[in-house]
Amino acid sequence: MGPVLAGVLQLLALIGALALAYIPLGDYMAKVYSTDKHWRVEKWIYKGIGADPDTEMRWTAYLRGVLAFSAVGVLFLYLLQRVQGVLPGSLGFASIDPDQAFNTAVSFVTNTNWQSYYGEQAMGHVVQTAGLAVQNFVSAAVGIAVAVALVRGFARSRTGELGNFWADLVRGVVRILVPGAFVAAIVLVACGAIQNFSGIHEVGQFMGGSQQWNGGAVASQEAIKELGTNGGGYFNANSAHPFENPTPFTNLFEIFLILVIPFALTRTFGVMVGSVKQGYAILATMATIWIGFTALMMWTEFAHHGPAFDIAGGAYEGKEVRFGVGGSSIFATATTLTSTGAVDSFHSSFTGLGGGITMLGMMLGEIAPGGTGSGLYGMLIMAVIAVFIAGLMVGRTPEYLGKKIGAREIKLAACYILVTPALVLVFTAAAMALPTPVNSMTNSGAHGFSEILYAYTSASNNNGSAFAGLNADTQWFNSALGLCMLFGRFLPMVFVLALAGSLAEQKPVPATAGTLRTEKPLFTGLLVGAILIVTGLTYFPALALGPLAEGLAS
Amino acid sequence: MTTRTESEEMSTPTLAPHPDAPTGHKSPEGRVGAGLFDPKQLLKSLPDALRKLDPRVMVKSPVMFVVWIGSVLTTAFSFKDPGDWFGWTISAWLWLTVVFANLAEAVAEGRGKAQADTLRKAKTDTVARKADGTVVAGTELRIGDLVVCEVGDIIPGDGDVVEGVASVDESAITGESAPVIRESGGDRSAVTGGTKVLSDRIVIKITTKPGETFIDRMINLVEGAARQKTPNEIALNILLASLTIVFLLAVATLPPLADYAGTHLTMVVLVALLVCLIPTTIGALLSAIGIAGMDRLVQRNVLAMSGRAVEAAGDVSTLLLDKTGTITLGNRQAAEFVPVRGTTEAEVADAAQLSSLADETPEGRSVVVLAKERYGLRERHQGELAGAEWIAFTAQTRMSGVDVDGRKIRKGAAGSVIAWVAEQGGEIAADAREVTDRISGAGGTPLLVAVEDAEGARVLGVIHLKDVVKEGMRERFEELRRMGIKTVMITGDNPLTAKAIAEEAGVDDFLAEATPEDKMALIKREQAGGKLVAMTGDGTNDAPALAQADVGVAMNTGTSAAKEAGNMVDLDSNPTKLIEIVEIGKQLLITRGALTTFSIANDVAKYFAIIPALFAAVYPGLDKLNIMGLSSPDSAILSAVIFNALIIIALVPLSLKGVQYRPVSADKLLRRNLTVYGLGGLVAPFIGIKLIDLLISLIPGL
Repeated sequence: MGPVLAGVLQLLALIGALALAYIPLGDYMAKVYSTDKHWRVEKWIYKGIGADPDTEMRWTAYLRGVLAFSAVGVLFLYLLQRVQGVLPGSLGFASIDPDQAFNTAVSFVTNTNWQSYYGEQAMGHVVQTAGLAVQNFVSAAVGIAVAVALVRGFARSRTGELGNFWADLVRGVVRILVPGAFVAAIVLVACGAIQNFSGIHEVGQFMGGSQQWNGGAVASQEAIKELGTNGGGYFNANSAHPFENPTPFTNLFEIFLILVIPFALTRTFGVMVGSVKQGYAILATMATIWIGFTALMMWTEFAHHGPAFDIAGGAYEGKEVRFGVGGSSIFATATTLTSTGAVDSFHSSFTGLGGGITMLGMMLGEIAPGGTGSGLYGMLIMAVIAVFIAGLMVGRTPEYLGKKIGAREIKLAACYILVTPALVLVFTAAAMALPTPVNSMTNSGAHGFSEILYAYTSASNNNGSAFAGLNADTQWFNSALGLCMLFGRFLPMVFVLALAGSLAEQKPVPATAGTLRTEKPLFTGLLVGAILIVTGLTYFPALALGPLAEGLAS
Repeated sequence: MTTRTESEEMSTPTLAPHPDAPTGHKSPEGRVGAGLFDPKQLLKSLPDALRKLDPRVMVKSPVMFVVWIGSVLTTAFSFKDPGDWFGWTISAWLWLTVVFANLAEAVAEGRGKAQADTLRKAKTDTVARKADGTVVAGTELRIGDLVVCEVGDIIPGDGDVVEGVASVDESAITGESAPVIRESGGDRSAVTGGTKVLSDRIVIKITTKPGETFIDRMINLVEGAARQKTPNEIALNILLASLTIVFLLAVATLPPLADYAGTHLTMVVLVALLVCLIPTTIGALLSAIGIAGMDRLVQRNVLAMSGRAVEAAGDVSTLLLDKTGTITLGNRQAAEFVPVRGTTEAEVADAAQLSSLADETPEGRSVVVLAKERYGLRERHQGELAGAEWIAFTAQTRMSGVDVDGRKIRKGAAGSVIAWVAEQGGEIAADAREVTDRISGAGGTPLLVAVEDAEGARVLGVIHLKDVVKEGMRERFEELRRMGIKTVMITGDNPLTAKAIAEEAGVDDFLAEATPEDKMALIKREQAGGKLVAMTGDGTNDAPALAQADVGVAMNTGTSAAKEAGNMVDLDSNPTKLIEIVEIGKQLLITRGALTTFSIANDVAKYFAIIPALFAAVYPGLDKLNIMGLSSPDSAILSAVIFNALIIIALVPLSLKGVQYRPVSADKLLRRNLTVYGLGGLVAPFIGIKLIDLLISLIPGL
């Protein structure tokens, strides 16, 4: 079996597994967010945090919940890192510097998981487990909660109420992420990922010299790292590390974990708005982009020519032999089209165009299928924009799911799509214009520029993967990237929730034969086009100077 | 079974129904394709376009304002480097881009101005003779003043007739030369300032302040002075502004990136790139599209009081249509002769014809015509029959007939004829009642034909009078259904009659024995379900419903209360026009959407022209993006800028005429428009830019 065929078969197996999980998981999540029954453990939590899970919140209250909870999360994580030096179970690591602690705290609370540190050389068990792993759960749950609030905005009418943030948050963790991660961790352990609280081992190398290997609760963290589209690795090598991702099967399983919730959320959306077909249309849009990107990635990685590539059978530099070009390409596309940012290979070492594909995936706003929750709401915002542009062409003022897209709605959607391009482009330009940031580049020329462009794209879109090569542990990058992550996460949430509130207040417009059919393939095609043109073209000049210049050079 | 209201409508002289109204024809241009575009208008509007370069005017259109600032910048930089032909050329084309955009708006406005001038002529200074004998200028009238108008007077202001009847020439407003009757009381009492009394004398109570009269508002409307941005236009402007900001960011952040790559981007090049990327095409044409939409209504003699109403027309999902005059011809017509037992159809036809010769009503004439067409009975004239005594139809007797050769023949309403037969001592055939019931049940009106001769008085048969559904209405409603619009027929008829006509006409629903309150309730019910409702009306009792409806079209013949309540006025008073109004609304929205899509899709090609031109020198690989094979970087950028400017002018006719619209389902519309304007928008600039580049490369020295 050739490597290309192997890659294609892996992709097909992945699609099959995702298809199997789609309806049960999607329906289950819809039930989780629709029922009014509370589990006992949830009641304890509500009592503990003093929240009433049955009060309906308007969008402002919902947003206050999101922001307050996240602010507390950042603060707690920051302090935890700052006092690591005096905490027990820290493997003797020192406290983290303020700028890096800020960056890391923001990074994990925003579901970005950008890491400017080396996990095995900086973070002890307490910070990893009580700090980072906890945020892996709750930051993902916050994303889903906001998406569900938007879905409720479409589904409800003549009310400003979007549900209860605390209930949505707790249920997301208790009923979806914890059970999912538990099962996934067992699978990973069974396949060879480690799970212990052991210390640092000094291991001799074949070629002489020695290496330090950490123990840790790796499998459990790995499970939620993928399932919650977090991406922050226990080890610096992330999912390329054999303790995190030991076999080709775990590789495929981790990709599955990354994609399963974001894809299934489209089903949840369909069920909650009362038309699973609408969910299928959004699913089809995500799947079209995802499969297209994956195919392109495999093509550029397999087809790239040159003596070294020909001997290796593809662009093998920076890729694990056990995953192959195919497995690595699927992983790279999945991790950048979602807000995961875990890596099993080094994006910097991909071909010029392959690197460009990872960047473009993030630049589209990570909506195919995107992060847990953030993918769905990002895609729905794009649907609103697409409906607005093309919906007029059926001779009615634009409406989506029975809700009119008027000035207020389009203003909020437009603000949403402005945030990340503004962050990425302004910070990238600033980094290029300032004298010092450029010193962090390992490479020169177009590839060096790609390192910086990638960093800001990754941070602003809350991806968290790095192009490698860039020394990001400087005050400039820790601070600038931290701000990108913060604004890139919470400003869009403000607009999403405001939009949800505005939609929920409307009365629905009944569908007639004159209504734009948003559940049809034609609309899916239109939406794909709108996404590629509206968000993709924004970055065309920047991409031309980085990956395109590099990829088209040969 | 006609109701009082309907017979009243029939007896009132109104404008003739629009001759080409409900034919359901499909012209290849689409039914609402409109006014021709004359290239000469461009030249004529050029001064106006230049006047609009004032930044205080430009700032209202954010996209074009950015282009305007860009033009100022490139011009300033060209002055710094006067030898740079490239900078000057780009500057020139950027200014042209702005001028072209202004030109589009000016041309659209220009068409309204011509109409306003015609209206102004009607609004000559009038003198008002008040009822108390004083004479004042028309401009000094106050609300509540009573003025007297006699033959030849121009009515000095809007008001209601409180005394007398007059025929009035309203051609100044409607363009229709046939005079209309205005009388005190009832629904025909409104008069409009600027119209002319042709006969008799009326006393008018002024209802509008000078300067706010109907004609003043019309002038403002067609001139666009009162034009405000509509909700959808505002929303679209927000989206265009945000896209402009996105591309502004993309371009403004480029210099440091380019510097790192080893090439310096000049201000001229950056502005050129920006102008090519921001949605200038739709930004330039947006206001022209809106003005032209209103104008298309004006061309159909409909005045929309706000652009919002035109937009709402596109969204309408329920149409309330009055039966009489809209769905059916105004008059019922004889459809068949039904004999009672013992007589033949031919006998009935003969008697019906004879007895109807003295009936000048449309119904009576239709009996004569049916007898002639169906039974070959030559139409006889009253003079032919010597010694005949004619009994003309009157509203009191509700019968007509003739006494000749010892026979008395009568025809008329069932009750009247039965009473007459009984009076003559005759008997009513047992099956006569069955037949009349059957005809009523089928929605028709039965008229009885009776005779008194040697055999005594008896009923001969029944004439079946039917409402005649206008030709093509069924197809029209079918189209509306495909567009997702529900039609509801409003009638004063009883439910049985209404149902029969509704079925024949193919409307979706009907409201029988409708009172104004019923209408209002229906509108509110539909609106509660999220639907937008359009209706027509003319009476004062229609006013609340007209105000409640999302699109309320008042007939110009209607009362001032109705006109005040509606958001559109149909000067032709043709209720069928509601359907066209909906189509114009849709066309307006489609034109906007199509050009927005086109404009955004254009960006792809422009990138492929400009990016290699900017960076292929430092990164030769990027020359592979130059898939158009443009001859030189300068020429590539220039070609993109020129294309960007020319496409505006090229699309001016489309934006004024509106894109072709056919009443089909949303799916088909979207597919078609996406193919034409989406794919077309992707492909067209590749071809256009290449052609312009070919031309430029022919210029020696480049």
